[in-house]
Amino acid sequence: MTAVTGSLAARQLRFWLTDYRRTWRGSIFSSVLSPVLFLSAMGLGLGTLVDAHSKARLGVSYLEFLAPGLLAATAMQTAVGECTYPVFGSVKWNRTYQAAAASPLRPADIFHGHVLFCTLRLVMNCTIFMMVAALFGAITSRGAVLALPVAVLTGLAFATPIEAWAVTRTRDSSFAMIYRFGMIPMFLFSGTFFPVSQLPSWLQPVAYLTPLWHGVVLCRALSLGVATAGTAVGHIGYLAALAIAGIVAGNRAYRRRLYV
Amino acid sequence: MPDLQPLIYARGLVKRFGSFTAVDGIDFDLTRGEAFGFLGPNGAGKSSTMRMIGCVSPPTGGELSILGMDPVAQGREIRARLGVVPQEDTLDVELTVRENLLVYGRYFGLPRDVIRERTAELLEFVQLSDRAADQVEPLSGGMKRRLTIARSLINEPDILLLDEPTTGLDPQARHLVWDRLFRLKQQGVTLVLTTHYMDEAEQLCDRLVVMDGGKIVASGSPRSLIGQYSTPEVLELRFDPADHDQAAEKVAAVPTERREVLADRILLYVADGETALAAVHGLGLEPVTSLVRRSTLEDVFLRLTGRQLGD
Repeated sequence: MTAVTGSLAARQLRFWLTDYRRTWRGSIFSSVLSPVLFLSAMGLGLGTLVDAHSKARLGVSYLEFLAPGLLAATAMQTAVGECTYPVFGSVKWNRTYQAAAASPLRPADIFHGHVLFCTLRLVMNCTIFMMVAALFGAITSRGAVLALPVAVLTGLAFATPIEAWAVTRTRDSSFAMIYRFGMIPMFLFSGTFFPVSQLPSWLQPVAYLTPLWHGVVLCRALSLGVATAGTAVGHIGYLAALAIAGIVAGNRAYRRRLYV
Repeated sequence: MPDLQPLIYARGLVKRFGSFTAVDGIDFDLTRGEAFGFLGPNGAGKSSTMRMIGCVSPPTGGELSILGMDPVAQGREIRARLGVVPQEDTLDVELTVRENLLVYGRYFGLPRDVIRERTAELLEFVQLSDRAADQVEPLSGGMKRRLTIARSLINEPDILLLDEPTTGLDPQARHLVWDRLFRLKQQGVTLVLTTHYMDEAEQLCDRLVVMDGGKIVASGSPRSLIGQYSTPEVLELRFDPADHDQAAEKVAAVPTERREVLADRILLYVADGETALAAVHGLGLEPVTSLVRRSTLEDVFLRLTGRQLGD
């Protein structure tokens, strides 16, 4: 049964790949450009100021501190981008999900096919990010390569729950809220640019709840070569739990939306 | 007698959405090679029935068997052998005509060379070969419909489901679609279609059921339904709006089997229209226009439900 499910989800993955063939050039261009802009402006530009004052407090250069945080944030942005409008458009505008549902594919296959596609996009974008970061000299330890799967998992912790929610929407106005009140505050305050310990003490527990914080902290520890097994298990467990909860919710949400 | 086993078998089929009953206990059978229609106005329950047959809408009650299988437990196996032309287009408008068929063929697990071969044949059949490499977005409504029909045939389905296949098309595009569907029928493809166009039903259906308010109100071939529920001819009279009501009273003196007074016309159901028209003139009535025509399914529907099918 699992083999059949796998092959059916692969059919939907191939749909997304056919779709992606039209836009991959622009998509890769922005995947390269974005880390170049952020790492040069924040990592090098702002980093010079930070290093002059606080290098002793961070223990490493600001560029080395920032890069793994941005890696996790890149994963979040990729996931939110892939799982909001494309999913909504497929069920509401183009109705290609309804077309797929009339074929042998089941709602769960259609869902899993898109999760596979998201995973692929996460691997692409995170790999590109790490290559750019390495060229900037922001990655110094060999263990940093382990940050790549952690970043992908961070992306999936966002992707599957958001997708489960996006497929239930009847209007697209909800997505602007996710960007404004979800993604941007997380991007700014979940430890990407400065340690969460700098936040007011009442706000720190909120940051600990965000999936991005777990991704940022673990990517950073791996990149700087200071990760311990105990904390790694905690962070990975939290992120994996969210991704799995999203799969369970998505299986149900897709069925309810496509089988009325 | 395995050949006589119905392809679709429904008894007491019900579909409810909350407290609203869309399909209210219908029975029908479909045998291989026939063209079967659901005729009725919007909201009659036709599309809900089609979605249940398409295994994307679990029935609320009753029995439904498709190709001898259970649509809930074996939806995947059934859908592999269906072709579906939904009411609203579900094409990927950003892909090309050919890519749409490629993606859809893959959904059915067909090998690439089989898809390529069938794509060429199907695009030829729906007269879109010259648009194969074009994006779908700018195609006309009629072309998109024909592409959807081509797509629905990619898996060589046992049953082709068409939900209002020509709604929203201009008359020329509609006739082109009808012509293609008629050819499919000639080739022996089993068709199930819903429509609120009586001419569509008359041209394409061997057998149909008339639906209203979620129920089947009559069933049979178009000809037998007309014979059973209407007269051979109909005389349509149109009077000056100012005289309409008065004329409607006077015309009652003409012997008819049945009379329908609509907002804009008066319909007299008779065996011989010309004789009835002479009788109208004999009463001293002067209709603005008069038309003698044969009975259609529209008349059957009016008789059965008291309402017009509408466009």
